Amino acid sequence: MSKAVPELWRLTVSEASRLLADGEISSAELTEAFLERIAAVDGRLSAYITVTADVARRQAADADRRIASGAGTSLTGVPMQIKDLLCTKGVATTCASRMLAEYVPVYDATAVARLREQGAVLLGKGNMDEFGMGSSTENSAFFPTRNPWNIDCVPGGSSGGSAAAVAAGAASFALGTDTGGSIRQPASFCGITGLKPTYGRVSRYGLVAYASSLDQVGPLARDAADCALALQAIAGHDPRDATSLPDRVPDYSAALTGDISGLRLGVPREYFAEGMDAGVREAVSAALDQLSALGAEIREVSLPTTGYALACYYIIAPSECSANLARYDGVKYGYSHQGDGDMWAAMERTRQDGFGMEVKRRIMLGAFALSSGYYDAYYHKAQQVRTLIRQDFARVFGEVDVLAAPVSPVVAFPIGELTDDPVRMYLVDIYTLPVNVAGLPAMSLPCGFSNGMPVGLQLIGPHLSEGRLLNTAHAYQQATTWHQERPEI
Amino acid sequence: MPIDRNQVEQIAALARISLTEAETEVFARQLSDILNQFEALQSLDTDGVLPTSHVVGLDTVLREDEPAGSLESADSLLNAPQRRGDFFQVRAVLDE
Repeated sequence: MSKAVPELWRLTVSEASRLLADGEISSAELTEAFLERIAAVDGRLSAYITVTADVARRQAADADRRIASGAGTSLTGVPMQIKDLLCTKGVATTCASRMLAEYVPVYDATAVARLREQGAVLLGKGNMDEFGMGSSTENSAFFPTRNPWNIDCVPGGSSGGSAAAVAAGAASFALGTDTGGSIRQPASFCGITGLKPTYGRVSRYGLVAYASSLDQVGPLARDAADCALALQAIAGHDPRDATSLPDRVPDYSAALTGDISGLRLGVPREYFAEGMDAGVREAVSAALDQLSALGAEIREVSLPTTGYALACYYIIAPSECSANLARYDGVKYGYSHQGDGDMWAAMERTRQDGFGMEVKRRIMLGAFALSSGYYDAYYHKAQQVRTLIRQDFARVFGEVDVLAAPVSPVVAFPIGELTDDPVRMYLVDIYTLPVNVAGLPAMSLPCGFSNGMPVGLQLIGPHLSEGRLLNTAHAYQQATTWHQERPEI
Repeated sequence: MPIDRNQVEQIAALARISLTEAETEVFARQLSDILNQFEALQSLDTDGVLPTSHVVGLDTVLREDEPAGSLESADSLLNAPQRRGDFFQVRAVLDE
């Protein structure tokens, strides 16, 4: 072959989109390249629960016809992975749980339907922590996913399969979900770019519920420009999700001017507390210097309620989880215990066998926090503290445009290191949880390495400031190459 | 506050999950550890603070009540663990 288009899986969404539109490559070729890449690396990574090769080839052929007819969009023919927490019509959606191991949805999540309408190609479904509950993808009922930068380490979680796939070139981009950091933290651990939109910016219809006041769908991709393209497709009001926001969706790609001169960038001192890896601190400090050199005005700010967000989150999320997961009764769908016993005994056994330890732990925690006699001390108190955390952010966003901080105090850790210590595992997300509690948009972008593992810079903005965050990230990525680093796998 | 095995069993009954002896033991310890972390909240003064309902401030959302299609019954039953004809089959709910 004389034409220089080897290793098509290395293309970003923007690059692939341009080549597809120009007829330089076909979606069939591109899709085949990704399927081959999955075959080559996923035996080591386990990023996919299901690979939908037949669906992908069919959709690629459709996409090629659509592009030829002149009706293509920027995502037509681009191969993606969807986290297995998002419903895909006719394709198993397991939530990485024994409870839903055989579940095949009869409808698409709205975010998935919108990508289908754009003509994006479904490569398969991403591994994750069961029902999104976890920070390492070790809570998958099927198998852990491995970090492409070091296969002895976790990829982060809960969208670990999505992050590992994008990092290893086994998907052009992916859709994940973020309840307490589940897009940003794995994006950080795997050295890619992830965006958690404002609560309500993307419909939650068809997102299997974990904690409904915190859950949000968003993209994981190679860079901010690709995140902008994916967000454009999925954002916007949905009559099927009453909590989705009616606000107009701006043109996110148009927001990528690369100019951040005069941007007021706040650095919250509480996000640089003790216990942070020295390498994380150094990489984030260097990124702040870089942003300053690009014209941002850096100033230190304070968010005094930061230390309360962890407790607040681990009351609210499990409470909502205990209510949401009450639906798994073995009657309507999902695993059902078929042994002896009355209705209650069968239901209790269904839930004992169907849920993994972390899911049970959170259901128990939530049932306790909501139970008579404890409701005021825990759930009600946490919802009040939530108001204080929101007010804290609102005050700071009167002084600055964007906040910059680490995504996590640590980099990817060895598989098995924290599985028996839930409290330490929860602390990994200490800098991402406050964002969900306040419903804010935030991004994770690669800004260096610590001990050979990627470090993520977190950018946080006020409600509906996705364009500003994407542009800040884009400006940084125009001036740096961290997002272009690839693991050797 | 520490949680004992008795309380773990009570919570499990509320949550309709049966637990093994070993799980009850582990959860008593871990839930106690986690609840200890929550004590921090009690030091924060929240007198008169309204609890958050929607983070972005979306209030009661109303829509027109218009008839629309819904799932076909065959689709609704597609994932049923046990069915009889066009019905979900369940164990007896009432005693004889």
